[in-house]
Amino acid sequence: MLALDAVSIRLGGRQILDQVTFALAPGEFTGLIGSNGAGKTTLLRIVMGLRNPDAGTVRVGGKPLARRGRQIGYVPQKIQIEPDAPLRARDLVALGLDGEKLGPRLPSRARRERVEKMLAAVDATRFADERVGTLSGGEQQRVLIAHALISRPKLLLMDEPLANLDIRSGQEIVEQVSRVAKEQGVAVLLSAHDINPLLPVMDKVVYLAEGRAACGSTDQVVRSDVLTNLYRHPVSVLRVDGRILVVAGSTVVTDNGPGSAPVTAGAVGA
Amino acid sequence: MGTIMHAIFQPGFFASTPVHAALLTGAVVAVVSGAVGVFTVLRSQSFAGHSLADLGTLGGSGAYLLGLGPLWGFVAAGVTVGGAMDLFGSERRKSRDVSTGIVLGAVLGISALLLYFDTTQSSTTGATVTILFGSLFAVSGYTVPATIAFAVLGLALLTILYRPLLLSSVNSDLAAARGIRVRLLGLVFMMVMGVTVALGSLIVGTILSPALLIGPAATALRLTRRPVAAMALAGGMGLAATWLGILLAYDSYRWPPSGDGWPVSFFVIALIFVGYLASGLRTRRTTHAAQTAERMPHELIEVA
Amino acid sequence: MIDTWITASVVAVIAALVGFFVVLRGAAFTAHAVPNAAFAGAAGASLIGVSSLLGLGVFSLGGALGIGLLSRRGRHDAVTALIVALMLGLGALFLSWSTEYAPEIYSLLFGEVLGISANEVGLTVILALVCLAILAIIYRPLMLSSTLPDVAEARGISPLRVELLFLALVALATTTAVPVVGALLMFSLMIGPPAAARVLTKHPAPAMTLAVVLALATVWIAIAASYQTNWPIGFFVGTIASAWYLLARAWAALVRR
Repeated sequence: MLALDAVSIRLGGRQILDQVTFALAPGEFTGLIGSNGAGKTTLLRIVMGLRNPDAGTVRVGGKPLARRGRQIGYVPQKIQIEPDAPLRARDLVALGLDGEKLGPRLPSRARRERVEKMLAAVDATRFADERVGTLSGGEQQRVLIAHALISRPKLLLMDEPLANLDIRSGQEIVEQVSRVAKEQGVAVLLSAHDINPLLPVMDKVVYLAEGRAACGSTDQVVRSDVLTNLYRHPVSVLRVDGRILVVAGSTVVTDNGPGSAPVTAGAVGA
Repeated sequence: MGTIMHAIFQPGFFASTPVHAALLTGAVVAVVSGAVGVFTVLRSQSFAGHSLADLGTLGGSGAYLLGLGPLWGFVAAGVTVGGAMDLFGSERRKSRDVSTGIVLGAVLGISALLLYFDTTQSSTTGATVTILFGSLFAVSGYTVPATIAFAVLGLALLTILYRPLLLSSVNSDLAAARGIRVRLLGLVFMMVMGVTVALGSLIVGTILSPALLIGPAATALRLTRRPVAAMALAGGMGLAATWLGILLAYDSYRWPPSGDGWPVSFFVIALIFVGYLASGLRTRRTTHAAQTAERMPHELIEVA
Repeated sequence: MIDTWITASVVAVIAALVGFFVVLRGAAFTAHAVPNAAFAGAAGASLIGVSSLLGLGVFSLGGALGIGLLSRRGRHDAVTALIVALMLGLGALFLSWSTEYAPEIYSLLFGEVLGISANEVGLTVILALVCLAILAIIYRPLMLSSTLPDVAEARGISPLRVELLFLALVALATTTAVPVVGALLMFSLMIGPPAAARVLTKHPAPAMTLAVVLALATVWIAIAASYQTNWPIGFFVGTIASAWYLLARAWAALVRR
């Protein structure tokens, strides 16, 4: 569904992305994991076509970067919108269907019904008639997801949706997106800096560090040796209670993750 | 009953041709200003709108020197400067505003010079007052159809570009994600705003036409959540303010202190301003955030 | 004539210093708006035979504070546009009532070289000193609030109060400057030189000094040129002040290569 080949870009004197290569199959839920400033947003914007890479190619559904329009749904992290902006949640979702069309919008029952169904799917019916600018972070996120998914794209890109949400809302969003994506057969690329909320729903992970990427299943990628190689710096992966902790340096504790190497004592950092 | 009517509508109001022209031109301009103004306010481009009007002063004074009617000067300035401002504008509001301010200062300075030439050469009050404060009761023959044509063109463009404009005004990333040419759209809109402001300058002058663009729109945005309703409401309120302003200006002919009538621009802006204030006095409905607290307490629990 | 030079220099200094914060806070529109209110005040004052300086002052302050208070509940830029327009509308009204005509309107808006009377010089200097005093007193909170608003708020500096004080400063600066430079172009003096200075250096002290130097140069050249050619002083102020900014940008671009 999505294929990146040796995508590289240099911004502000730094190599943000360096020969990034990975591919997603249709319907796959993939986490794009990396710390702040690792280049996740830049990568997503390149896939969107909002930014051009210095080198490499991006193919969506086999087609190269060009006016891809409705093939991709995009959910930005947060949108700045004034509380008085005359746009109800319902209107923003409707624009997901026809926002790029010219001419006046003729009333259409079919469209109204599709909007209602989409709003219900993300549990936004309650506040469908409120102005988007007055919604809370989590509510706005749901509306943005509905806006992105209503035109039935094949690929959904989400930029750090969990960053501004509390834990419970974050979990709800992840479950909701996963459910709707499975129903519609949409491939999802969701960026985050903490992998744990995504563990239950992820099929695959792309780990981004120092401009380089490693792609595969969680067990294949999130391992001390792989990440140490990525970061070019000692990194340990600890598994505690089914959760994953990535820390700098080497540690003593051997834990029970498959494939995690035995490690030695040392400094533990964030 | 007759006396009351006479008090409200001074004799000759309905018969006067200049009044007819004023009512018609005023109506058309108010409607298009309101509609375009909704997007101006939405896009936080009020300073740009204001500057376009001020910059129209240059076009108007230039046109005067060349012996043309001010409308063409305003329109020319509106289109070219609007385009230029969009091309040189940057994303961040603060630096955008500084650049706008710089350009405004330079152009107003030049306008000062041109108006000076006009004042000394023709020794009439003419140019300065007309351009800055409007000449609604003196709209000449061809101006009326030209104004209507421009206004209709503006409204037509708004109708055609309605959805992409709305989406890109709310968030440019979402618009770009749908393949909308955001920059091109921004440029076109600037030019539409330039022409609209030019039309307003004709009625109430370059100094006050931004009020016609922004005031009713800002008021409408407080009153309704639907974009089309906002555009209609803004147009309607602008229309009411303009017609009432025209009426009052006509009636004021014999009022003190000068017995020469109060300027129409004053009435229009006063009415618009009062309307804006009044909309703020409506009891504030419970904000959505407060409603949220009642419905979903867990959303508000932030875990550090 | 010497009166004009003194007043103009005083005006330039104040405009540059207050303008530094205008540019820092991104308040270009406000800087343009307040002098327009001043215009209305001057027109009204001359109508009722009061000192125009008083009218300027009252309306500038009223307009500035009006913007500050209304912005709490509405969009800042829309509110500013409305207040500008209202003030100008009032100005139009007052002008239509008075017997003043083109030259007077003209000089109110675009400035006039010989427009200062002897006792107004003294008043202007006093106002300027007050302005400087206030600036000196609130310098640190203003600086902190303008650059790091969250930190300032955390330290108990109320953003609203800072904003209102800042607006009052702008009104004061306006009152001193408008009689010399004219209402429509005074803001150029508040924006051009400080913006140019900030392009060249981000450190406050050098930036403010440079702004003052550029502003002084602007008014001196403007007065001399206006006196020679009889052209309006506002023309020179507007163009020269903007030119500094363009030159600074050009210089910065060249240096970067």
